[in-house]
Amino acid sequence: MRSFNYHKPDTVDGVVSLLAGNENASVIAGGMTLLPTMKQRLAAPDDLVDISGVAGLAGVSMDGDMLVIGAMTRHADVAESEIVREKLPALAKLASRIGDQQVRHRGTIGGSISNNDPAADYPAAVLGLNAEIVTDKRTIPADEFFVAMFETALEPGEIVTAIRFPLPELAAYAKFPNPASRYAMAGVFVAKTGDGVRVAVTGAGPGVFRASDIEAALAESFDAGALDRISIDASELMSDIHADNEYRAHLVMVMARRAVGMALDAG
Amino acid sequence: MEISFVLNDEPVTVNVDPSTLLSDLVREQLSLTGTHVGCDTSQCGACVVHLNGDSVKSCTLLAVSVDGGDVRTVEGLSTNDKDLHPMQQAFRDNHGLQCGFCTPGMLMSAIDLVKHNPDPSEAEIREWLEGNICRCTGYQNIVKSIIAGAAAMRAAS
Ligand SMILES: Cc1cc2nc3c(=O)[nH]c(=O)nc-3n(C[C@H](O)[C@H](O)[C@H](O)COP(=O)(O)OP(=O)(O)OC[C@H]3O[C@@H](n4cnc5c(N)ncnc54)[C@H](O)[C@@H]3O)c2cc1C
Ligand code: FES
Ligand code: FES
Repeated sequence: MRSFNYHKPDTVDGVVSLLAGNENASVIAGGMTLLPTMKQRLAAPDDLVDISGVAGLAGVSMDGDMLVIGAMTRHADVAESEIVREKLPALAKLASRIGDQQVRHRGTIGGSISNNDPAADYPAAVLGLNAEIVTDKRTIPADEFFVAMFETALEPGEIVTAIRFPLPELAAYAKFPNPASRYAMAGVFVAKTGDGVRVAVTGAGPGVFRASDIEAALAESFDAGALDRISIDASELMSDIHADNEYRAHLVMVMARRAVGMALDAG
Repeated sequence: MEISFVLNDEPVTVNVDPSTLLSDLVREQLSLTGTHVGCDTSQCGACVVHLNGDSVKSCTLLAVSVDGGDVRTVEGLSTNDKDLHPMQQAFRDNHGLQCGFCTPGMLMSAIDLVKHNPDPSEAEIREWLEGNICRCTGYQNIVKSIIAGAAAMRAAS
């Protein structure tokens, strides 16, 4: 790992001013993605701004009807939070299956969505639940946040401070984990609300996406059987050593049916 | 940078470069070589230590980020040279290791599991060990050891 200057400000303003105008500065949250990247020298920031000392960035609360999770909240804390387990159990369950316990003790929700790994779990929940991403300067709807592989709507120097989740009537997440890394080879988040059904797919394509055919079929009838005649176009999905695109397309439908079944069982 | 933290119940103050990993600090600078580095890529769990009571991978943790914290390595499990921690004793009694390379990480992970779940089932133990890889034992005796170690920890508390 190349050497760098380490900063640990205690306010959001302090973070923002350290990042401002400094292209070679990087935020570090749990470091579970950034440190391995730096070890491989795929990233070599001159300045590392540790946001773990900023008060108020970690924690779970309700704000009216919205579940608010601070950016620095660790996966393990989301999984074990009484509030999340009661209000949005699908999210607690998703968090409990990210990587392994040691990853969950360091990795954060803000880091996961800012990184936007195409096989990460949280982006599926954020997009499927139509959450809002709160940054130091604005609020970004989930539909605009995930731009492309490892790319988000965040501007240089902008940081995520919290994610606000509206509560669905029914929701569940089913993933087929890569047996080695636990990242999703296909993960499907389904959510039914008063406004309709949203379905977000991770792990299968070059980035998280909404599956409109599945959404339409489930809006018609929210049960796994409604998906019997639906398939997903494999041509835009990923192929790699773990699975080709045809296999991933098949997995997506299997996970979608499973998620609908789980949502109905839980609801 | 100067950092201070509690290591195995003793306060320490050391000077580190910000890019130093906790695994390197304890092994190279503090000569506690019980923490092993197997993969150095956050996969194998040989380097697991406790930070403020939580099991974490010390190869993927900057030493500077434990400033002010409480770290325990495998050397800090037993308070004297004679008695092993009940989990260590259980690994010994149940043949829970062969080459021993993964063992420090297995112990630190297992003790954290018992803290969360004092009476884990075999399935829960296997799930929890997701982040710990062993190339020798086939896990069977590790699981057996953890069941025995958990029982001993319950009896001791
Ligand atoms: C062995 C292993 C297995 C894993 N398995 C899974 C898995 O199954 N599913 C899964 O989803 N993930 C998995 N991960 C990834 C893990 O969840 C990471 O913790 C997460 O992706 C990044 O979170 P972090 O807090 O560690 O972020 P960091 O590594 O600290 O940061 C990641 C990136 O996000 C930026 N960043 C961090 N926080 C913010 C913020 N608040 N605002 C703006 N930018 C920010 C950083 O600058 C950096 O570019 C795994 C990781 C490992 C090492
Ligand atoms: S050496 Fe840290 S996980 Fe392998
Ligand atoms: S005992 Fe050899 S790696 Fe586990």
